[in-house]
Amino acid sequence: MIPVCRLEDLPVGESIRIDTTPPIAVFNADGELYAIDDTCSHQDASLSEGWLEGCLVECPLHAASFDLRTGQPTCLPARRPVRTHQVTVSDGVIHVRPAVQEGTAA
Amino acid sequence: MRTVTVVGASLAGLYAARELRAQGFDGRLVIVGEEPHRPYDRPPLSKEFLTGSTGSTGSAGATGQTGSTGSTGSTGGGADEGHLALTDAEEEGQLAAEWLLGTRARGLDPRGRTVLLEDGRTVSTDGVVIATGASARRLPGGAALAGVHTLRTLDDARALRAELAGGPRRVVVIGGGFIGAETASSCATLGHDVTVVEAAPLPLVPQLGREMAEVCAALHPRGGTRLITGAPVARLHGTPAVTAVELGDGRRLPADVVVVGIGAVPNTGWLAGSTLALGDGVLCDDGCVTALPRVVAVGDVARVGGVRAEHWTSATQQPAVAVRNLLAGRTVDRARPLPYFWSDQYGSRIQFAGRRRDGDTVRIAEGSTGGDGFLALYERDGVTTAALAVDRPRPFMRIRRELARTAQPASAA
Repeated sequence: MIPVCRLEDLPVGESIRIDTTPPIAVFNADGELYAIDDTCSHQDASLSEGWLEGCLVECPLHAASFDLRTGQPTCLPARRPVRTHQVTVSDGVIHVRPAVQEGTAA
Repeated sequence: MRTVTVVGASLAGLYAARELRAQGFDGRLVIVGEEPHRPYDRPPLSKEFLTGSTGSTGSAGATGQTGSTGSTGSTGGGADEGHLALTDAEEEGQLAAEWLLGTRARGLDPRGRTVLLEDGRTVSTDGVVIATGASARRLPGGAALAGVHTLRTLDDARALRAELAGGPRRVVVIGGGFIGAETASSCATLGHDVTVVEAAPLPLVPQLGREMAEVCAALHPRGGTRLITGAPVARLHGTPAVTAVELGDGRRLPADVVVVGIGAVPNTGWLAGSTLALGDGVLCDDGCVTALPRVVAVGDVARVGGVRAEHWTSATQQPAVAVRNLLAGRTVDRARPLPYFWSDQYGSRIQFAGRRRDGDTVRIAEGSTGGDGFLALYERDGVTTAALAVDRPRPFMRIRRELARTAQPASAA
């Protein structure tokens, strides 16, 4: 589990990037916390700097959109999902449990 | 409409094909592409592809695309090129198109009902989407010397990358625009000795205005490259390989590799015998419709409502409108994309959106031009007309959305 920040430091509508490898973005979407891979699956851009609307985040570079609940892209130009990660809060601190790194094809 | 032919198999052509199917066209779909490759994304060619870092920043599974492009990859770098692919086998199956790749169109009959191909074949069609893009402009009178490159296509990028892989080189980039700056930045990253020469007193003034162009020009020395401005190129020296670039004032810059980045010209030559109006692109109304209602144009080749924009976002946004009008047989919708472009160079991300005009005032709304990034707003009569950000993606996105909400058709700008 990776501690991220105190719950009150991530208000509704805000996001934060944690420097894991690969980096992870944590969002507070209307009170629900979500964590996904920070790097857009289309090109190199940080989704933590994207536009949050409901459960969707729009990439700041090319406006690809991802569903925070599933990591699935909801529109082009992204066609591949980003990974989602488990988020918990204990003692007022947000924690992320990174998904197990899938074996890459390489 | 039983057959629609999309001429051009890059970003705009692919998006047009997608739109045709998405909007219910279930007839025969023919896609003609001059390059032998399936559609691929060009922006990374001057950046990650050149430095060989494509894919390394992607998420898990990014490498899983390898081999799905159907490209003719024979020079290695397969994983990189897989990352450039704009489609995959599943999507291509859904499109159910006839792909005529490696095939150049050489004409369109006066009624717009027959596309002539260079190999002598013809395609009879009811509708045409022109998406032939643009080609890298070459130096006037420049003979083909070894070591002289342009950077527009995958093959261009492969050739340049191969040449840069052979140890430190003296690289001269001709043209200080975005392609030139990105290429220079990538070459510097790879450890080459890089000089950028720009004919104008300052690069990017038409795009950014003088004040902000000065700020962006300062990125070059910060990134370790020399920028020489007000320096038109007189000639190239060397036989058979380039050895030097001679400037108008007689200075000679030794060079092992020269990259010519002096803009692009729309690919309209093949339409010379058609009835379409041409002039720095295919002339269209602001719904992407040409003089023939069953012929529309999108992307870099299209002059839509008087404006030709060589922007990635235009190429992805115009097709929805163009296809709607094509299927309707008349202009029922207009394209209103807000001009937007970005550039990655020397570790900075530059983003610009909106329609600035000379005389707009520039205000730094966040950060500072001397520091680690800023957001600048262009204003006229108290109204924001455009925005420029360097490493400020979040506030830029906010202002870009606001500008898009109030965007007018291109012709009204």
